[in-house]
Amino acid sequence: MSLYGADLLALLPELIVVVTACLVIGLDPITPASRRDLLAWLSLGALALCLGLTCGQISALNVRVSAFSDLVVVDAYARFWKILLYGVTGLTILMSLPYLKAERIHLGEYYGFILLSLSGMMVMVSGVDLLTIYLGTELMTLSLYVMTGLNRSKPRSLEASAKYFVLGAFSSGILLYGISLLYGMAGSTKLASIAGAVGTRGADDPLLLIATILVSVGFGFKLAAVPFHMWTPDVYQGAPTSVTAFMAVASKAASFAAFMRVFVEGLGGLKADWSLLFLLIALVTLVLGNVVAIVQTNIKRMLAYSSIAHAGYALIGFVAAGRAVGASGGTPGLASVLIYLTLYSFMTLGAFALIGMLRKGVVEGEEIEDFTGLAKRQPLAAFLMLVFMVSLAGIPPTAGFIGKFYVFMAAVEAGLAWLAVIALIFAAVSAYYYMRVVMVMYMRDPNPSSVAPPRLVTSPALSFVLACAVAGVILFGLFPNPLVSFALQSVLTLK
Amino acid sequence: MEQVFFFYFAFVIAAAAVLVVALRNPIYSALALLIMFFHVAGLYVTLHAEFLAAVQIVVYAGAILVLYLFVVMLLNLRQDDRYHRQWPMAVAVGSTLVIEAVILMAMKGWTTPVVATGAETTVGGTGNTEAIGDVLYSTYLFPFEVASLILLVAMIGAIILAKKDLGEPAES
Repeated sequence: MSLYGADLLALLPELIVVVTACLVIGLDPITPASRRDLLAWLSLGALALCLGLTCGQISALNVRVSAFSDLVVVDAYARFWKILLYGVTGLTILMSLPYLKAERIHLGEYYGFILLSLSGMMVMVSGVDLLTIYLGTELMTLSLYVMTGLNRSKPRSLEASAKYFVLGAFSSGILLYGISLLYGMAGSTKLASIAGAVGTRGADDPLLLIATILVSVGFGFKLAAVPFHMWTPDVYQGAPTSVTAFMAVASKAASFAAFMRVFVEGLGGLKADWSLLFLLIALVTLVLGNVVAIVQTNIKRMLAYSSIAHAGYALIGFVAAGRAVGASGGTPGLASVLIYLTLYSFMTLGAFALIGMLRKGVVEGEEIEDFTGLAKRQPLAAFLMLVFMVSLAGIPPTAGFIGKFYVFMAAVEAGLAWLAVIALIFAAVSAYYYMRVVMVMYMRDPNPSSVAPPRLVTSPALSFVLACAVAGVILFGLFPNPLVSFALQSVLTLK
Repeated sequence: MEQVFFFYFAFVIAAAAVLVVALRNPIYSALALLIMFFHVAGLYVTLHAEFLAAVQIVVYAGAILVLYLFVVMLLNLRQDDRYHRQWPMAVAVGSTLVIEAVILMAMKGWTTPVVATGAETTVGGTGNTEAIGDVLYSTYLFPFEVASLILLVAMIGAIILAKKDLGEPAES
């Protein structure tokens, strides 16, 4: 009986995250309430350790280390996502420190759940077996269901948790149905075996097509792509804002990572079929996300629809990868998705950090109206919000522009110029609702009758998060090259 | 003969599953679910997976369904609180999918699923209980451990969400 020494070493970051999560949950009851912050710092320390390990784990970019009988791999692709996820999780924990105090959610378990969710995401991004990927997804979403409902004094939080749970379980069922058909077709759940079976059975096998559709639907729910987006607005609005940020960024990134690996490595032989399918999904996602966002008055709801629209933009990059012909293959398209989601993370995290701490007395100011005249009261906060909104709209010289630029470039190279044009038109539509927030902040005077106008409650942790987010948005907007070359190298192992 | 049993079990599973969502009384729904669980166990027996069949009955029919019944009876659900307006939508989407599948099958012909090859079937062992244990703790050790984490999250999450009083600290 082997002792799995090498396997465990390859998965050391996952182990550290899980052990720290258990430690946090175990230490919580014996930590005095005033010192709960220590648990957050413990989690951050573990993340820093993992970041170092993951960066040092693979020296050569084309190396693929398999572990646990080829069920998980450590490769450059997984490494890219893991580094992104560590960063996002770290910033989420930091933004949660002041937010949880303000919302009076005194739960050390919160940090344990964030870490457990992260471990699920890490399994998702490095899984090369449908069973492993599915279990990683479940671990991630199950933790998110609980975190959504943590604000138990608010009925809306519990409602969001219940809705998310029911729809999430439903979508898992569909995903599992697809996986079981793929297993029936290939005799194995490993992506490599499925790719082999696709090759021998041909791409027009009915069983294979039905399985592909079902798996697409299952992942569509996780990506919040139209028409599987119904849960998103309610859940994003009801969840504590720090959790919303985590869901909108980390869970979307991990879902995209697993989704792309399944469809490129496992179902790559069906490119012609799924690229058409996702082309349609990307189109309706863009249209519906951007148009419905216009009429929202609650800013968390508006950002929920905006995150749906952003999933549409990222899907364009993926469709371009499926449609691409020529020597470079789908590499630019896949890399554009990685770039897009990384840049999207910075702006979305920043925007949610600001929203969470904009407070009317003790209540969170989450209506767009609450931003009225913010520029007069707190010019810096208003300016930061301006930067994030401009970036989300995709206006140069911010990161949002760079993300859209690479996605559209990939689409044009794949012969989908018309799709890029449509996406551009809807990017212009999206500028309308992002700029409305800016307009409200800068052009309108504060309502004189209100006694306590909403203010951004600052704290060192929040300042740090905002500084990181704004630095990411501006720096990557001006100097995108390091990120682009890193993303291009990372997708090379995805074949 | 095997075909006859397969179609019997498959038909009853499908019919009972429809009844679970269609019946108005939650208790009847739970009982339909029980029938479905037993027939799934039967399907496992025809596939020579006796251990899974036993587990299916002990865990699902025995434990989980009893829990469902407890909850249904404790909550005393009124049978009017249903979402019957979703029926037309469900029928539309469901029939589209079925028609699509039938057309695909008719156009391309029925294909026979392959028999599992590789590590999954070549486990040496006398009974399938032993074989499952062998695979679970060697080849599939990693997913097994991830599944145990999922159960941990579910347990702690249920406690946190259901706990009555979280003890508001004095600092506020």
